Amino acid sequence: MDVTPTPHSHGHSHGQDPFAGPVPLGMPDPAAPGGAVEPRRLGPLARLAPDPVKVVLNWGRRYSLWCFNFGLACCAIEFIAASMAKHDFIRLGVIPFAPGPRQADLMIVSGTVTDKMAPAIKRLYEQMPEPKYVISFGACSNSGGPYWDSYSVTKGVDQIIPVDVYVPGCPPRPEALLQGILKLQEKIAHESLPDQYPAAPVPAAALKRPLLPAPAPDAAPADAEEGTAQ
Amino acid sequence: MTTGTPTSSTPGSGTRETTVGIGAGAATELGTSDMVLNIGPQHPSTHGVLRIKLRLDGELITAAEPVVGYMHRGAEKLFEARDYRQIVMLANRHDWLSAFANELGVVLGVERMLGMEVPVRATWTRTLLAELNRVLNHLMFLGSYPLELGGITPVFHAFHEREQLQAVMEEASGGRMHYMFNRVGGLKEDLPAGWYGRVRAAVASVRSRMDVFDDLVLGNDIFRARTRDVGVLAAALVHAYGVSGPIARASGVDFDLRRDEPYLAYPELADVLKVVTRQEGDCLARFECLLEQAHNSLDLADACLDRLAGLEPGPINTRLPKVLKAPEGHTYTWTENPLGVNGYYLVSRGDKTPWRMKLRSASYNNIQVLGELLPGTLVADMVAILGSLFFVVGDIDK
Repeated sequence: MDVTPTPHSHGHSHGQDPFAGPVPLGMPDPAAPGGAVEPRRLGPLARLAPDPVKVVLNWGRRYSLWCFNFGLACCAIEFIAASMAKHDFIRLGVIPFAPGPRQADLMIVSGTVTDKMAPAIKRLYEQMPEPKYVISFGACSNSGGPYWDSYSVTKGVDQIIPVDVYVPGCPPRPEALLQGILKLQEKIAHESLPDQYPAAPVPAAALKRPLLPAPAPDAAPADAEEGTAQ
Repeated sequence: MTTGTPTSSTPGSGTRETTVGIGAGAATELGTSDMVLNIGPQHPSTHGVLRIKLRLDGELITAAEPVVGYMHRGAEKLFEARDYRQIVMLANRHDWLSAFANELGVVLGVERMLGMEVPVRATWTRTLLAELNRVLNHLMFLGSYPLELGGITPVFHAFHEREQLQAVMEEASGGRMHYMFNRVGGLKEDLPAGWYGRVRAAVASVRSRMDVFDDLVLGNDIFRARTRDVGVLAAALVHAYGVSGPIARASGVDFDLRRDEPYLAYPELADVLKVVTRQEGDCLARFECLLEQAHNSLDLADACLDRLAGLEPGPINTRLPKVLKAPEGHTYTWTENPLGVNGYYLVSRGDKTPWRMKLRSASYNNIQVLGELLPGTLVADMVAILGSLFFVVGDIDK
């Protein structure tokens, strides 16, 4: 997946923004006469607030990736090598000490996924809290790799869970994992939560509360008693 | 979404048997109830995806059943769809810590069927690489076993040494783990200029820091207390289950194919090769065997280098026909892999692919003994015993 930043992703990327796209700074826009002359982030408060917060959130998120290593096969050894002194991915903010999937932000699937193992992977992925990211490390978890024609191997972990970054190699070098982590961090830096999790349209009725029926006359004392008891 | 994909979140670690006793003495006279505890398939102490079903009485393990197959990749069936060059690539992956030794069994078998003579330099270089691979494998376990017992430092040292050896292995073969350097009739290509000197330097450098494991790990009181007399494996069980490698030798079973059925250049290394044995059969003995074997492998590597330095220049591989076919017949090749006996039963019907290639891997037999070894021990000792069996999950599930 190409996560190279595009000019578009530098500007506003709110899904709901009708004027999404590059905005010439301080120049009147002929396509929208009378429109905002100022850059968009200086617009109304609703637009002003999310952007810096988004930057801060993404900045924090990309450099504290608590990582859950789903070590399955050979690639797990190279994953361990990447976590050791020579390559040391902790300097990139990847922390391989997540006690379990429930405390992890990033899952690195390193190794061959078999059909027998696949349900466990899906289950552990579902246990991770949002926002969560997956790096598929190695040919086997990318596509089945050298076991592409095996009867028992799942042809890529992306058949069961969504994958953000694919690291090729059999097994990839530790440097390749570092590159994959950098790519993921670029991706996180440019992501916007409203795009990722578009809010369902809320009907106006949801904000209104229907009138409650009056309590029955004989039930009222009982309710009152309960209220005092609490 | 295709076939084989679970449509719902079916529980991976499936069965949940819990026998619950109500009232004192409902389940046993002691008033405790049996509980079935799943270790794995994804658990840090299982080096991957081994699953063990434990039946517990309090903290005491009363029954243990290894559930294998989570890493089954069907390599044996795939061998039948690959030609003899491609098999080397698949065969080195089942035990990913001893890739070179795995390749060796395949090519030795095919060479034997073809009646092929391997150049002397290739044989000695193969022996050298096999011993370096053994050190790499052992270093992994020398680091990871203390880690499982709670000591974090040794694994950093182990990987530092591993990186040095991996650098020379990579220089020769291009791979850090899966070398794919063996070919039928020799090695892939000649070694880079000055490589032997760099190997000698790497071996010396690794040897100079092996005292980390001799003193820091083996001399550690906590480490000794957690492994001494824990998980004692009797020699009778070793024979019954076909346990091999350093685990078997730690129980006093003096069997090493490098000495007892020598292959490669081992017949000429008999004075350097030392078959390390212990009599205790506990976790500590297994670790000691592994450590001493790593020392001996470094010596063997040096002996190979000495010998290679005195050899006449010559070819390192044999010219092969475009289509390589093994003649009709069958053969069984076994080698002393770092983790134990690794065998290939090769049946050929004269095609360019084997008709059947059965793989006998060391870890598969070695972990079967868990069913006998774990009952009667405490849960806290389980990790110590599991780690001391030095297995690779791919080697179990193939």
